[in-house]
Amino acid sequence: MRALNLKLLRNLWKLRGQVLAIAVVIASGVAVLVMSLSAQQALQDTAAAYYERQRFAEIFSNVKRAPLRLVERISTIPGVRSVEARIKQFATLSIEGFEEPVIGQLVSIPEQGEPRLNRLVMRSGRLVAAGHPDEAVLSEPFAEAHDLQPGDRLQALMNGNQRTLTVVGIALSPEFIYAIGPGALTPDDKRYGIIWLGQEAMAAAYDLDGAFNDLSLGLLHDTNPEQVIERLDRLLERYGSQGAIARKDQISNWFLMNEIEQLKTMSTILPTIFLAVAAFLSNMVLSRLIATDRSEIGLMKAFGYSNWQVGWHYTKLVMAMASVGILLGWLLGAWLGRVNTELYAEFFRFPLLIFRPDAGVFAIGAIISLIAALAGSLGSVRYAATLPPAEAMLPPAPPMFRKTALSKSRAGHWLDQPTRIILRQIFRSPVRALLTCLGIALSVAVMVMALQWIDSIEKIVQVYFHDAQRQSMTVGLVETQADTVLDEFRRMPGVLAAEPMRAVSADFLVGNRSHRGAIEGVLPNPHLQRVYDAGGEVLQVPPDGLIFSTRLASKLGVGIGDTVRVEVLQDRRPKRETPVVALFETYMGTPAYMHIEALNRMMNQRPSLEAVNLLVDKHQLSSLYQRLKSLPKVSAVVLKDAAVKEFNDTMAKTIMIYTTFFAAFACALGFGVVYNSTRVALSERGRELATLRVLGFHRGEISYILLGEAALLILVGLPLGCFVGHGLGWVMTSAMDSELYRIPLVIKAATDATAVLVTLGATAFSAALVRRRLDHLDLIAVLKTRE
Amino acid sequence: MKVLSPPNPATQQTITLRGRSLTKTYHTGAVDVHALRGVDLSLFEGELVVLLGPSGSGKSTLLNILGGLDTPSSGQVSFRDMDVTSGDESLLTRYRRDHVGFVFQFYNLIPSLTARENVALVTEIAVDPMEPAEALSLVGLGERLNHFPAQLSGGEQQRVAIARAIAKRPDILLCDEPTGALDSHTGILVLEAIERVNLELGTTTAVITHNTVIGSMADRVLHFGDGQVINSVSNPSRQPARELSW
Repeated sequence: MRALNLKLLRNLWKLRGQVLAIAVVIASGVAVLVMSLSAQQALQDTAAAYYERQRFAEIFSNVKRAPLRLVERISTIPGVRSVEARIKQFATLSIEGFEEPVIGQLVSIPEQGEPRLNRLVMRSGRLVAAGHPDEAVLSEPFAEAHDLQPGDRLQALMNGNQRTLTVVGIALSPEFIYAIGPGALTPDDKRYGIIWLGQEAMAAAYDLDGAFNDLSLGLLHDTNPEQVIERLDRLLERYGSQGAIARKDQISNWFLMNEIEQLKTMSTILPTIFLAVAAFLSNMVLSRLIATDRSEIGLMKAFGYSNWQVGWHYTKLVMAMASVGILLGWLLGAWLGRVNTELYAEFFRFPLLIFRPDAGVFAIGAIISLIAALAGSLGSVRYAATLPPAEAMLPPAPPMFRKTALSKSRAGHWLDQPTRIILRQIFRSPVRALLTCLGIALSVAVMVMALQWIDSIEKIVQVYFHDAQRQSMTVGLVETQADTVLDEFRRMPGVLAAEPMRAVSADFLVGNRSHRGAIEGVLPNPHLQRVYDAGGEVLQVPPDGLIFSTRLASKLGVGIGDTVRVEVLQDRRPKRETPVVALFETYMGTPAYMHIEALNRMMNQRPSLEAVNLLVDKHQLSSLYQRLKSLPKVSAVVLKDAAVKEFNDTMAKTIMIYTTFFAAFACALGFGVVYNSTRVALSERGRELATLRVLGFHRGEISYILLGEAALLILVGLPLGCFVGHGLGWVMTSAMDSELYRIPLVIKAATDATAVLVTLGATAFSAALVRRRLDHLDLIAVLKTRE
Repeated sequence: MKVLSPPNPATQQTITLRGRSLTKTYHTGAVDVHALRGVDLSLFEGELVVLLGPSGSGKSTLLNILGGLDTPSSGQVSFRDMDVTSGDESLLTRYRRDHVGFVFQFYNLIPSLTARENVALVTEIAVDPMEPAEALSLVGLGERLNHFPAQLSGGEQQRVAIARAIAKRPDILLCDEPTGALDSHTGILVLEAIERVNLELGTTTAVITHNTVIGSMADRVLHFGDGQVINSVSNPSRQPARELSW
């Protein structure tokens, strides 16, 4: 091996601690990048393959009732490849050993052969057989939640008739990857499940012979779904269609794509932070190395090495340092990517998993890291390359210091000399001190950003479930009913209060902006489901006009006093110009409220409702559940306590993993920054510290000088980190903002404190490592040599 | 030629620092280097001793052991009634802090502190120190109190180092090649400062050098070679430092 390369290897070995500390930071950046890109790619590939293989539909629509002969006409719409007409209904289920009512989403499947679209993946058992109307296929998560297997039975209240269904198969479907019940925020496999029944059986049960109420379309390649939807809606309008949606708006797919989108956000923000810090660290270490190598650089040049060769020598050193990090990052990232993808796959229950991280992902990680490290060390390398040999062989001039304003001041008069040393060191290299502070700050910030989720979600739960909702449960009805049904609910066991709620599908139009949603009709002064502003105010519902959520108002570009065209999508489809009379902020969805009587008037209907909110005596829940199970035409029973628990459980699962990763990365960052800056300081000032030892200073006293400087920078870095963390939190929560939900930026003091403590722990650990070196300072060797 | 009067013979007999049968062996790889091979010596109160010898003869090792920077492989160092070799790291630190002043060939000033602050560094932790300004005037630097090391010449930096060493009124001043990095004119200024400290404060002083000329300013010259004291010559009269030349 060439002598210069040997020197390179030995330099690397000598600097191994620092090289490792930089490598850890680079590795973190590369790992997050590789992890998120590979998981993102894997999820995209897996979902695409799953969708393709099971022929997941591209357009979905529902109607009240349409004749099956319409299918032929629909299939002639240009761009339509296949049409699947189905029957979809809700049923209340009774499962042995489970007291609460369970809502089943019943979906029809052909009794012979496979469906044309939205095919099932059989996990066990078989599809339903013709002529056996009580055979049912259950979705796997639901079956597992109740430990149901082929051969087991369950009771279903279908169209008022109690039926006993026999489980013949367990299956998965691309249509219900994220199976979320009406009115729920998260999947609740215990209380909501998908059940597939034979088409004939469903038609018979729901009086839909020769008819359908749900439609899925597959499209030809390169077809614009919007054009098909337009034609389809025109065709189905008279059959009670509330408008078709494209695959991108299908709820299960929307959640899945949203998850993939979040990985994208992660793959940009975090690696940027880590690689910027890595650039700074490699600059710090390299410029120190070049300072100690000064005479060797002179010697190399005296022997005839060119500037280019000297520059290349140090460039190789940086590349070697970065390579260690890249390699570590690749391994860690590939592993984390795999773990992450498997977690998602488990969460979404993909029947297949395509994890084939593209070489490009690794290459991107490597190239970006190399560029960052090289950019960081550019200045030092150029300095080494252009140092004139004669000057290089002379010892460097003693560093220049000047008195700071502080030491000239009256207060400065009382500073002891060690403190003065600390302050002057910091003021001598303010940029380095600032970057060190910033490095520490970023470590805290990453941690704050990760932990902030917990606070934000707590806030959502508080506002959405506790402040706004006073009811114990919400019962959704399959169809609009007269409000006399309310008395029936009031007479049920344990019901303390019952309030009606309407939900009417409608398009909101303002100029060329539009939104498809629903108007919720509420009592003027609801006691249960209140119109609650996230700021803490309960809104009074005026006798007429719309109350818009701020997100909806901004989507349509309207404010209080503006008029919105409302085109109702059901019943007689009235169209009205209605003013916006109030705005409120909510974290969930884009709701629009209206006085229930005004809504009834608009619909030209007598007092009606689609849902009932109930306040219930907890001691009588059992009897109430029994009663609800026997109630026909229930589409949803959302129990608040269960919903809160499911919401928290779902969030806890993902967030715990996420915060653990981030805590580790934040530690790596804090450790890397403090270890390198103190090691460099020790190398620069070993002689000075040894002198102090000779003069009779104790180990603790000289540690004060070196670690005191680090401590001071940490002290500034920690609060700065909280500040930056709040900023990063804002960036992340803004990036997550969607029509479905918004994450409020809430950061509790305890979160800041935890982040500060974690970083403090990591920095204390690196300081302890350096302190050990300080204790073994060779006094004599240091003093006998000229630097 | 002016002859300086030696210190009071009565006090000269009080031993400040004594080394007995000192050996030091360094184990470097496969080779054992015997830096000291049984050295006995005593430094009397107030005397100025010059240790002369070629490089590698062991004189720096001896000075480091006497000053509590290093421990002998065998033998004993006692300062007055205190056994310096029996103590641990913290006792050695205490000993250096309270009793010993060091001057090195390469000044070893703290670059971030001014001349006055470099001296204050020591006076802040000493029991009965003099004012930093006083120590600096003693070495002729009363005018350059607020200069940083980078603003001082080599000779000035070395004199700050001497002021820093003597400001705590040490019992012993140990100088290792104090003029090694200086030209002869500047070197003499530095030696004058050492001489003045020795005479005016009565600090027991040991100076290591390989410059035989410097021996003339000492009360006693110890010749060193191959890890041993070869001979000890007492000067009947000390020559003032400013009359030296090389």
